[in-house]
Amino acid sequence: MSSYLLSLAIWVPILGALMVFAAGPNKNLARWTALLVAMAGFVVTLPLYLGFDMTEAGMQFVEQRAWIPRFNIEYLLGVDGISMLFLLLNSFITIIVVIAGWQVIEDKVAQYLGAFLIMSGLMNGIFSALDAVLFYVFFEASLIPMYIIIGVWGGHNRVYAAFKFFLYTLLGSLLMLIALIYLFLSSGGSFNLLEWHQLRIDMTPQILIFLAFLVAFAVKVPMWPVHTWLPDAHVEAPTGGSVVLAAIMLKLGAYGFLRFSLPIAPDASQYLAPMMIALSLIAVVYIGFVALVQTDMKKLIAYSSISHMGFVTLGFFIFNQIGVEGALVQMISHGFISAAMFLCVGVMYDRMHSRNIADYGGVVNTMPKFAAFFMLFAMANAGLPATSGFVGEFMVILGAIKFNFWVGFAAATTLILGAAYTLWMYKRVIFGEVANSHVAELADINSREFLFLALLAFCVLAMGIYPYPFTEVMHASVDNLLKHVAVSKL
Amino acid sequence: MLKNFVMPDFYPAAPEIFLLAMACVILLVDVFLGRSQRWITPALTIITLIGCALITYLTMDGQVVLTFNNMFVDDLLADFLKLMVYLAVIFVVVYSRGYLVARQLDKGEYYLLVLFATLGMMVMISASHFLTLYLGLELMSLSLYALVAIDRNSVRATEAAMKYFILGSLASGLLLYGMSMVYGATGTLEIGGVAQALHLGVANKTVLVFGLVFVVSGIAFKLGAVPFHMWVPDVYHGAPTPITLLIASAPKLAAFAMAMRLLVYGLFELAEHWQSMLMIMAVLSIALGNLAAIAQTNIKRMLAYSAIAHMGFMLLALMSGVVGPDRHYALNAYSSAMYYAVAYVIMSLASFGMVLLLSRAGYEAEHLEDFKGLNQRSPWFAAVMMVTMLSMAGVPFFVGFFAKFSVLIAAVDAGYVAIAVFAVMFSLIGAFYYLRVIKLMYFDAPVDTAPIVANLDMRFLLSLNGIAIALFGLFPNTLMSLCTYALLRSL
Repeated sequence: MSSYLLSLAIWVPILGALMVFAAGPNKNLARWTALLVAMAGFVVTLPLYLGFDMTEAGMQFVEQRAWIPRFNIEYLLGVDGISMLFLLLNSFITIIVVIAGWQVIEDKVAQYLGAFLIMSGLMNGIFSALDAVLFYVFFEASLIPMYIIIGVWGGHNRVYAAFKFFLYTLLGSLLMLIALIYLFLSSGGSFNLLEWHQLRIDMTPQILIFLAFLVAFAVKVPMWPVHTWLPDAHVEAPTGGSVVLAAIMLKLGAYGFLRFSLPIAPDASQYLAPMMIALSLIAVVYIGFVALVQTDMKKLIAYSSISHMGFVTLGFFIFNQIGVEGALVQMISHGFISAAMFLCVGVMYDRMHSRNIADYGGVVNTMPKFAAFFMLFAMANAGLPATSGFVGEFMVILGAIKFNFWVGFAAATTLILGAAYTLWMYKRVIFGEVANSHVAELADINSREFLFLALLAFCVLAMGIYPYPFTEVMHASVDNLLKHVAVSKL
Repeated sequence: MLKNFVMPDFYPAAPEIFLLAMACVILLVDVFLGRSQRWITPALTIITLIGCALITYLTMDGQVVLTFNNMFVDDLLADFLKLMVYLAVIFVVVYSRGYLVARQLDKGEYYLLVLFATLGMMVMISASHFLTLYLGLELMSLSLYALVAIDRNSVRATEAAMKYFILGSLASGLLLYGMSMVYGATGTLEIGGVAQALHLGVANKTVLVFGLVFVVSGIAFKLGAVPFHMWVPDVYHGAPTPITLLIASAPKLAAFAMAMRLLVYGLFELAEHWQSMLMIMAVLSIALGNLAAIAQTNIKRMLAYSAIAHMGFMLLALMSGVVGPDRHYALNAYSSAMYYAVAYVIMSLASFGMVLLLSRAGYEAEHLEDFKGLNQRSPWFAAVMMVTMLSMAGVPFFVGFFAKFSVLIAAVDAGYVAIAVFAVMFSLIGAFYYLRVIKLMYFDAPVDTAPIVANLDMRFLLSLNGIAIALFGLFPNTLMSLCTYALLRSL
């Protein structure tokens, strides 16, 4: 019963970050330490997958210790089929980020890498916390390293973006805090999430609780209309920051819906589902159009992320197995694809110091290897079959059509829109004549860049061709969740 | 003539007596010290405080002991708060030394006045009689007025001292007037006796509530809650930074004790009346403190407004006590108020400690700009300041978050959900100006590249202070339970 794996997944990167800080003055030592810590962080999450019992719907690898007995708050960790994959994804992306920042970051290297490692540990904490306060504490603490990352190593308008990011997210989570306290008091003094799942709540409080959670998670996802912080944050953040933001941080909000909103307030979720579906479709369709007109590559990918996350929330609120599983697959796949897309933009930005589509053209002539990778990821972003992007979208569309034909139809337009904005950008940047002398001087990717792009390419393809290892772990938990949501708690 | 004289039990007041004796010793010793022996006075001051701490700790037995004809009480609440006061004052003395030496203000008077102020706080904390309370309050306040004006060449400090003195005297007058009303209605000045009289219902309610208004005003002035906050920004700004540090730390604990003794121990039967007064003050303080802090460019003023907001939060907890058949029903609320006060003092020490660290001879680092690029100059102390600011903003994993958290639980528990939402929305606004300090330290390039000079003891204690903020955030239970336990055994 007792297991330390989850604690290791959280604290190995965080304590490792302190070592990186200590190695601070020596840049190379800091880099190697960070790489070692990131790999160690990944290795300790592997047994979570290997030792996972697929038939068990409940929590596994549970750790339970008293933390603040004064308010009955516990250090309670555990993962199920819904959350387990995210720990692996997070730890994997952390390695990529460390490698990606290797030569690019020259200023305050140790602080940069340390911030990412701390964030990695905190996010593992969010995905494994089963105590509401523990969850909240990790949830909010993860803002600090990101705030620093955007603000210190970010672009031109970084201060504005960092403040907007922090305050926007804080706004949501503070309302959630009140909801958590309300649940604590009405459950007779418990912060245990699993106990809250069984709690009976009347309709009006349920709706209020749902809305409080909605503000917190919708900002994080982000859903239309509270998405405006994301393009700013993405554009200004350094490449590594954008990668973590898109690949992991956005998933926290979606994960929150599955862990808090749906099981704690199932009746309100059913009642408000039409609104949620409408908001999701607006994100999918309207934001898709917005992405089409962007002139900045990072901004375009940021809007494409919002659109893809609309798919995820859509999948959750149609309440069928294939929809929810599709949404989860979409979350993981988007983790790989968006990370890869931002890294690709980063590779070009490091050479040209511009993210403007208009500054590029004909890159394929000077960077053929890079163009091939970028092609693969662009296709995956557009949802081409045999890439991971297809699997999730297809499952969600299938679920949506089962739910209502017109909802499915509206969602399916993303296949056209996604292809349009991604491939059009790709065409303008990569193909055509060499646009200017800067492009002519570009050097193709080096072995370090090849390494992280190849790793991600492997993941995208593997998940697209054989998604079974990803979906089989979630069946039992998703099934259990849907059964739970179907039962009224009034 | 002395037939009825009973020798009082001096034992419960041992720390006070020790401190007074030592203060007299220091007064004498200081006269004979030459320039090269100046370090002896602060050393003796710290030894005195450590001695007091030892006496308090060793005589702590968890019993409620009344002495001096029920004028003085020694209970766990008093012991705990006194220990925190000693600790805070030790930090103040260590942080201040470098600054005072550089400005030739390190005279014996400073240390003596600090000790007398401490004595005043101790008497306030242990008061179980209106007169004792008033004596302690005046001893503390008069010492602080003099301390604010200790740099007599500074026009700004003198002005601040005048303002502090006049408004402080007015507040003391209000308090005294309120006490006289309560005396008129109940016929006693003993806090326990007042509670007794109220409980029996013999007192005239109208007169009592009339008196209560003045008592609450006096308390609010000492805490610096809106609308009695006018002095706070000016005094914090005008006083020499070490004095600001002192005013912003330990006296908050004494004021908390005063509020507890008067309102909870004495006038608990009137809770519904004073709770609604505190509610207005809490809401106004949180709103005004956070909004006005945004507009400040001087960090001492910014921290002053932030102090107002923090006191609003503490009042929010005090007003959330559930009125039940006895005071234990409200234990949760009062212990969270106490926890908040203690947490605030820890954070306040670190924040003003940082201001002192950056100040040098002939240079006051009191503008926000002075924090620019601190990360380049000293990553460690930038981290300490970041931890402090985040903690004040109420971001986990720092002690400030759990302080706000327990206050919010108390407020929601008492049914004030709307006020809790209001409070968190204003802490969101508050987060902006704390984040701005972090922005200056991390995102901006330094203007001032002079290396940071500070004594080893200050560096050590300031680091310890920062680590404490983080550790009490990672393991909040100890401090939380101590507050609850101390109150539980004293109510």
